[in-house]
Amino acid sequence: MTQILWNSRILCVAVILFAIGFVTLLLNRNLLKKVIGLNIMDTASYLFLTSLGYINGRTAPIIIDGVIEPERYVNPLPAGLVLTGIVVSVSVTAVMLSLTLRLYKRYHTLNIDEIYRQVHLEQEEEA
Amino acid sequence: MSFSVNFPLFLIVLSLISSVVSSLLPRRAARVTALTLYALSFAGNLTLFLYLRTLSGPVNYLMGHFPHPWGNELILNPVEAAFSALFSLVLFLCILGGHHPLEEKIAPNKQHFYYVMTDLVQASLLVLVYTNDLFTGYVFIEICTLSSCGILMIRENGRTILASIRYMIFSLIGSGLFLFGVIFLYNLTGHLLMPDLKESLTALYVSGEYHLPLLAAMSLICIGLAIKSGLCPFHLWMADTYGAAIPASSAILSGLISKGYIFFLIKVILSVFGKYIFYANGLHNVLYVLGAAGIVIGSVSALQEDNIFRMIAYSSAAQIGYIYMGIGLSATVGMEAALFQILTHAMTKPALFLAVAHLSRSANNVKKFHNLQGAAFKNPFAGFAFTFGAFSMIGLPFTMGFISKYLFGLGAFDSTHTKLVPTLIVLAISTILNTLYFARTVIRLYNKPAEDIYRRTGLFSQKSYVLAGIAFIFINLFFGIFARSFIAVLAAGLPQF
Repeated sequence: MTQILWNSRILCVAVILFAIGFVTLLLNRNLLKKVIGLNIMDTASYLFLTSLGYINGRTAPIIIDGVIEPERYVNPLPAGLVLTGIVVSVSVTAVMLSLTLRLYKRYHTLNIDEIYRQVHLEQEEEA
Repeated sequence: MSFSVNFPLFLIVLSLISSVVSSLLPRRAARVTALTLYALSFAGNLTLFLYLRTLSGPVNYLMGHFPHPWGNELILNPVEAAFSALFSLVLFLCILGGHHPLEEKIAPNKQHFYYVMTDLVQASLLVLVYTNDLFTGYVFIEICTLSSCGILMIRENGRTILASIRYMIFSLIGSGLFLFGVIFLYNLTGHLLMPDLKESLTALYVSGEYHLPLLAAMSLICIGLAIKSGLCPFHLWMADTYGAAIPASSAILSGLISKGYIFFLIKVILSVFGKYIFYANGLHNVLYVLGAAGIVIGSVSALQEDNIFRMIAYSSAAQIGYIYMGIGLSATVGMEAALFQILTHAMTKPALFLAVAHLSRSANNVKKFHNLQGAAFKNPFAGFAFTFGAFSMIGLPFTMGFISKYLFGLGAFDSTHTKLVPTLIVLAISTILNTLYFARTVIRLYNKPAEDIYRRTGLFSQKSYVLAGIAFIFINLFFGIFARSFIAVLAAGLPQF
């Protein structure tokens, strides 16, 4: 059992990080902390993905000194996927932060429950 | 090989280019570009559909001619082409019919950004329908999320921004789970292309190894996409979102974007997990139960709602429940029913949202039921369109809603005995509830107001909406009357996934 856990230690760390991010994104009432939770969640996925491509004792797949045997290099595909993923998560974070900024400028709080209350009051005034 | 197999890639690239170009154009030009793009996409996908129907199998379209397992691919089959064509058509009609209320509610200097977002929606829908690669699917799911958030938050009041952030949170949770599921699958098999994945997963399943990780990966992907499309316990964002957005956005969000995710899920189920593995693991039972619960809960919430936009939003939750119930029934008739329901909902819900938008516009932008009394007299065409859409939702004969309910009935008899009775009961209950809340609305709309001094919105003052509304009604009648040939296309196309 310990051996299995040790062999899949990166997966375990990734799952724990993912869970932390997930719960923060879902349950934390502070909008900024939600954004941080989102980033932790994404990072957990990238950690797991990067670890899949790494092979012990091999180097980055950049040809130097004319060595072209694939046995010398790690798998570059997961790294490519992680880069794509990072671009996605940066843009998502930017949008989330800009929305948070808008809400903060309008309601002067980051607590989503408080914002709810104020929006509700606004709506009642309109009606 | 016909030239038309290039159309999907051309259209995807064209949509991406036109979204960039639209950000520089004045608003009217941006709208014309967008409408032209969707019309082109409809025509291109229709041509492709007619060509693919003559073939016996799907076409693998290699990007850059790299063969599998290295390259990225599109896979083209008649069902996908038909759905892309119809999604483009709905997008065209949503913009055509919804641009008047849209232009009243968005600042003029920002209107062209709206079309940037809808062009991105078009691109991501095409990719979600055609792609043969899971990771490409993930990237475009996120693009779809961002662009749908864009069309939501463009109306800048506090309520909309709050609704968008809520929508984003749910969407991001969904796509996070989906991504983790995809990485799990990649970990198990080392592939991302769907046919290779299916082959390795089948071998893995037969060998009996890694059963638990496989199940975990499948659940993560299903739950992720279910959250994004608004299946029952995750439908809470829907009412706020669709209620707060401008009508064209609500129409696009409920009619197309959630459908794009569901279509992608169906594709993943059939061409990645494979019918056999998916239905042997009992995951379909979870989707079935959540779908059935969604139908009942959505309909009851719709009945309690006094804001007409939110009522239609809750009705969307119920309709999405139908689709998941169909997936849960069986891989053959149930799946056909689910696909037909996707189409029914994509054709009916935007028509309802647009009709309500025009009704409420003619009645001084009211949203509550009691203010809409007699609104159908103020805008007779929108009243008629709403009534027709309501008939289709209830499932009266000659409309698409009737055909989907009929297919769900057939699917119930096709599935196991334990699901037969519950499915029929849920269908009956939901039809009654649908009738109740739509009949209540239609009666309210046609109830003469106490004072009869009102301004009537004529047909010619809203030409583009009338055109779009008539098109929605005709398409609905067309598929309702000639459903048999379309169901034959679905039945022939499903084994090609």
